[in-house]
Amino acid sequence: MEESKFAINVHDLTVAYDYKPVLWDIHLQVPEGVMMAIVGPNGAGKSTLIKAMLGIQKTITGTVEILGKPYKTMRKEVAYVPQKETVDWDFPATVLDVVIMGTYGRLGWIKRPKKEQRKTALKALKKVGMLPFKNRQISQLSGGQKQRVFIARALAQEASIYIMDEPLQGVDATTEVTIINILKELRSQGKTVLVVHHDLQTVPEYFDWVTFLNVKKIATGSVKDIFNDENLNKTYGINYKVYVNK
Amino acid sequence: MLEFFELLLSDYTFRIIALGTAALGAISGMLGSFAVLRKQSLLGDAISHAALPGIVMAFILFQAKDSYVLLAGALCSGVLGSLLVNGIVRKSKIKTDAALGIVLSVFFGFGMLLLTYVQKKPDAAQAGLDKYLFGQAATLMLNDVKLLIVVLGIALAILFIFWKELKVMIFDEDYALTLGINTRFLDVLITIFIVLAIVLGLQTVGVVLMSAMLLAPAAAARQWTNNLGKMLIIASVIGACSGVVGTAISATQPNLSTGPVIVIVAITFVLFSFLFAPTRGIISRQLKIQKNKKELLLKKSIAVVYSFMVNNEELVEGVEKNKLLKLRDIDEQVIKLLYEKKWIKYIDSQIVALTEEGRDIAEKIELI
Repeated sequence: MEESKFAINVHDLTVAYDYKPVLWDIHLQVPEGVMMAIVGPNGAGKSTLIKAMLGIQKTITGTVEILGKPYKTMRKEVAYVPQKETVDWDFPATVLDVVIMGTYGRLGWIKRPKKEQRKTALKALKKVGMLPFKNRQISQLSGGQKQRVFIARALAQEASIYIMDEPLQGVDATTEVTIINILKELRSQGKTVLVVHHDLQTVPEYFDWVTFLNVKKIATGSVKDIFNDENLNKTYGINYKVYVNK
Repeated sequence: MLEFFELLLSDYTFRIIALGTAALGAISGMLGSFAVLRKQSLLGDAISHAALPGIVMAFILFQAKDSYVLLAGALCSGVLGSLLVNGIVRKSKIKTDAALGIVLSVFFGFGMLLLTYVQKKPDAAQAGLDKYLFGQAATLMLNDVKLLIVVLGIALAILFIFWKELKVMIFDEDYALTLGINTRFLDVLITIFIVLAIVLGLQTVGVVLMSAMLLAPAAAARQWTNNLGKMLIIASVIGACSGVVGTAISATQPNLSTGPVIVIVAITFVLFSFLFAPTRGIISRQLKIQKNKKELLLKKSIAVVYSFMVNNEELVEGVEKNKLLKLRDIDEQVIKLLYEKKWIKYIDSQIVALTEEGRDIAEKIELI
């Protein structure tokens, strides 16, 4: 009964490619209204974990509950930001076209996006500071701008849970600040943010919760309590101790 | 040119065939756009080649040359081919391009083997099967054309119903899935229609050239627009025009078979678009690069002038032109161009000064 309070509740999730398990028996609870980083070395299964949660990656076992209900019935409450490299940016569309896609989930069949959806999309674009670029062809954006467009598309979903795959990977400093401020604003509105993150040094500064992952879940908890050398060592091996203590 | 229109209006056979090839061109342009944007350009080629053994098998099994029987055979082996490509990619470590190559060559080879086998048989019943290699538009009947138009109508309806879903799926399939869009269903639907378009095109254009009908209009259309809807419309129009013009050319010239002529017309559209399309075309891009280069060189010059004037405290009063001419990269021609740009002005015939705009530009460059 307590479990229904979690924004995301992953139970017994296992994923394998061929023979090798990529994720092993993951139990993960994300409380409502937190900003959680998922950290771990390359190949730890960070992206796979969120893809499995969202039904993109097939799982061997496991269930995912969103706000106490099965994910499949709660899709509208979850917005996903994939890695920007996963799409071909030469697709014939403008920035606004892409952001409006975020509103499609709440629109029914056959219905076309109207003024209201446009307004939602423009609002999202304004938030990420991309309003002046709304009519630009998406192939003419820089890496940081592409990432902002993806964030805006997720914002246009007006969801209560945001799941992002390395949103700060390869973006400029301005974009990083913009994105982090947006995430913090989301949290202050009571929304839940789950981010795959690669930069250990910024974890305590940006996030209040953290999950250490390396095929198995090493630890989950508030940054204050569990972001320490012991867990870093368990996740990454000894070398990272020096790195973080800098 | 006038001859074409006269033909169009007067000749019944021509009218039927032109209508058929136009419908085929429109269908393949539309569906081909999806294939191109989804990086499945070669899928069409594999499917059309894979259709050949189906045609010959249908003939052997049913001893019939009725085009519907043969096309049903083509449909079966085409679908089988595309499923096999999918299966190979999923179950083995072989990549898509290699899987397409394998399916294409194995099916086509097997088809050719069957074709030569039936052709060696003493009776003449098999005559005309080889027309499916390069197509024979002249055999298009009113019923074939009706079928093409019905398929075109259904494809349009599906596009209309699933427009936004298809749009997200082509751009970002994983994301579409998280929106609750059934990407698997749409994928199957689009593939079925691509196979259908190919099979319908076999009679007209043939297994060897059919993939060009899918790819050429789409590739040409992409050059002209950055909007998915417009791209589909342009591709359909180019496909339809290729059909009509190709049919007209082959009808007015002796010994030119229609299928290849249609493909050549479509390829001409591609070449034209690659060269002359605004912004994406090769020529317009080259011109833009040249223009940028000139502009950059001028900006460099104005920066040189500016820093000289600042260093000599002559920013307001201006400076003798002769002094400027001694600077690096500055000559009469450059001074003239800078003047034309209104970045510098003459105070009198020998003294020049920066205009406000020139100063702004130079200061911006200095900041970098």
